[in-house]
Amino acid sequence: MNNKVYNNRAWLLVLPMLVLVAFSAIIPLMTVVNYSVQDVLGPHASFFTGTEWFRTMLNDPALQTAFGRQILFSLTILAIQIPLGIGIALIMPKQGWQASAVLILITLPLLIPWNVVGSIWQIFTRGDIGLMGWSLREIGIEYNITRNAGDAWFTIILMDVWHWTPLVAMLCYSGLRSIPEAYYQAARIDRASKWAVFRYIQLPKLTNVLVIAVLLRFMHSFMIYAEPFVLTGGGPGSSTTFLSQSLATMAIGQQDLGPSAAFSIIYFLVILLVSWVFYTTIMHMQKDKTPQGGA
Amino acid sequence: MSYQIENTQQGEKYNTIFSKVPAATRRKRNTRSRLRKRLLLGTYIVLLMLPIYWLLNMSLQTNSEILGSMTLWPKNLTFDNYIGIFSNPSWYMGYVNSITYVLMNMLITMLVALPAAYAFSRYKFIGDKHLFFWLLTNLMAPPAVFLLPYFQLYYSVGLFDTHIAVALAHCLFNIPLAIWILEGFMSSVPKEIDETAYIDGYSFPKFFVKIFIPMISSGIGVVLFFLFMFSWVELLLARTLTSTDAQPIGMIMTRTSTASGIDWGTLAAAGMLTIVPGILVVYFVRNHIAKGFALGRT
Repeated sequence: MNNKVYNNRAWLLVLPMLVLVAFSAIIPLMTVVNYSVQDVLGPHASFFTGTEWFRTMLNDPALQTAFGRQILFSLTILAIQIPLGIGIALIMPKQGWQASAVLILITLPLLIPWNVVGSIWQIFTRGDIGLMGWSLREIGIEYNITRNAGDAWFTIILMDVWHWTPLVAMLCYSGLRSIPEAYYQAARIDRASKWAVFRYIQLPKLTNVLVIAVLLRFMHSFMIYAEPFVLTGGGPGSSTTFLSQSLATMAIGQQDLGPSAAFSIIYFLVILLVSWVFYTTIMHMQKDKTPQGGA
Repeated sequence: MSYQIENTQQGEKYNTIFSKVPAATRRKRNTRSRLRKRLLLGTYIVLLMLPIYWLLNMSLQTNSEILGSMTLWPKNLTFDNYIGIFSNPSWYMGYVNSITYVLMNMLITMLVALPAAYAFSRYKFIGDKHLFFWLLTNLMAPPAVFLLPYFQLYYSVGLFDTHIAVALAHCLFNIPLAIWILEGFMSSVPKEIDETAYIDGYSFPKFFVKIFIPMISSGIGVVLFFLFMFSWVELLLARTLTSTDAQPIGMIMTRTSTASGIDWGTLAAAGMLTIVPGILVVYFVRNHIAKGFALGRT
């Protein structure tokens, strides 16, 4: 890490990747930038509008509420998933066939296509044919995700916790596995309490993976599209319409090229800003970290 | 491994000598806490499996049974929904399409990500930090942002509705992810290994394939798992870039809602079948995954 050799021929190794990513990222991104500053009326009729679309988008009350909703959603699921994931990782068996079995079962929700996750929960929460919706109705709770915004929110958060807590748990689990047994022995000799073991041995070792977990979870929850789209379609009203869905409706549904491009760029910049903060944090932590084997 | 067991036993001994709590009580306390852990974990897994079980349950019922009464398990077990899917090319081709572009994407990504990750982990070069950060930003780009430009780009180069279009589009987030994870694994391999190999007369390509790749095999396993996962579950881009010839299964599933209502049984069966490839992938990488999930950065 510190003993990297300075060699510009390394660019040759990076080049194939660069060409491919440029094709799938730079060209489309430039198209978006292009649209965001123009009013496109036809194939050969467009004029420059400058920052007009950006100002329109930033002042759009529907988007402002969608943005607030998005932040609230991301923070809520982080607040639930991170502690829950750590808790699950702590009680997972460490070896034997049970460890493999638990591992496979827990990873399962991660590998289901996102729209199928939406379908699963849509079915599961229906009052007539879904287990959860039906049970809640039987015990007398008014529960209807297509009519009641609170129920819709509750269900989307439950779905996201169901879907993504396994990722946090898996990350923490592999972090815990890398703690040498000697640390626990030392703690036993000191007769450290369980809390002390967690606070001073396990948690510090988990910091790195937790940063990755928070980063991945923040990013994905901020881009969430398919699951709420299938589950609630953004409703009732627009109470569960998140940013991606507003954007997709605007770009594909209404074909508003200029405004949706400006919106895309603002959206991207927000995620970029947050990720930059995380990136510097990770780099900072790696600088402090003493290199060790065993990946 | 053996030294660890020895150490553990020694640890137990210390514990017995210094601890004021009698050994029997401590053992009882340990079993009780282990039991409580198992119970908690069991509850979590049951809750986790419940929605999936419900889908399985529905996929094995006829539509009249699904809508007619609340049954916790299929009373008249039927495989008609699955048979219906496997005997209709417009259904099962959806799976073939999805698997085709996922595999293409995994292959392309690995081919370009391995050398790039090696460069990042071993060399300093002009703009390396900026390049790495720029790569990570692609991981953070919401697919919704790229919908329209992708559609136009692939349409204009004549790749619309082909598998390769979706495979290339998924490179947007899969290449940065692969490089990010692989770089972590590669950095934990001591640089001396490279140097020794060069002294022994290995050329770079030979060293890379014969020595280096086997050393980071668990990392590669984890990367393949992630590549599969993110390409298999993504639908927004895949849906936008295809119409009939390369349509993913997730899109074909929407066909179950017709004028006469939703065909719940077929929908459930199709959903269950999308889970199967995932189970196979986890099963193959289960031994690597526990260690490798921390992306080589523990």
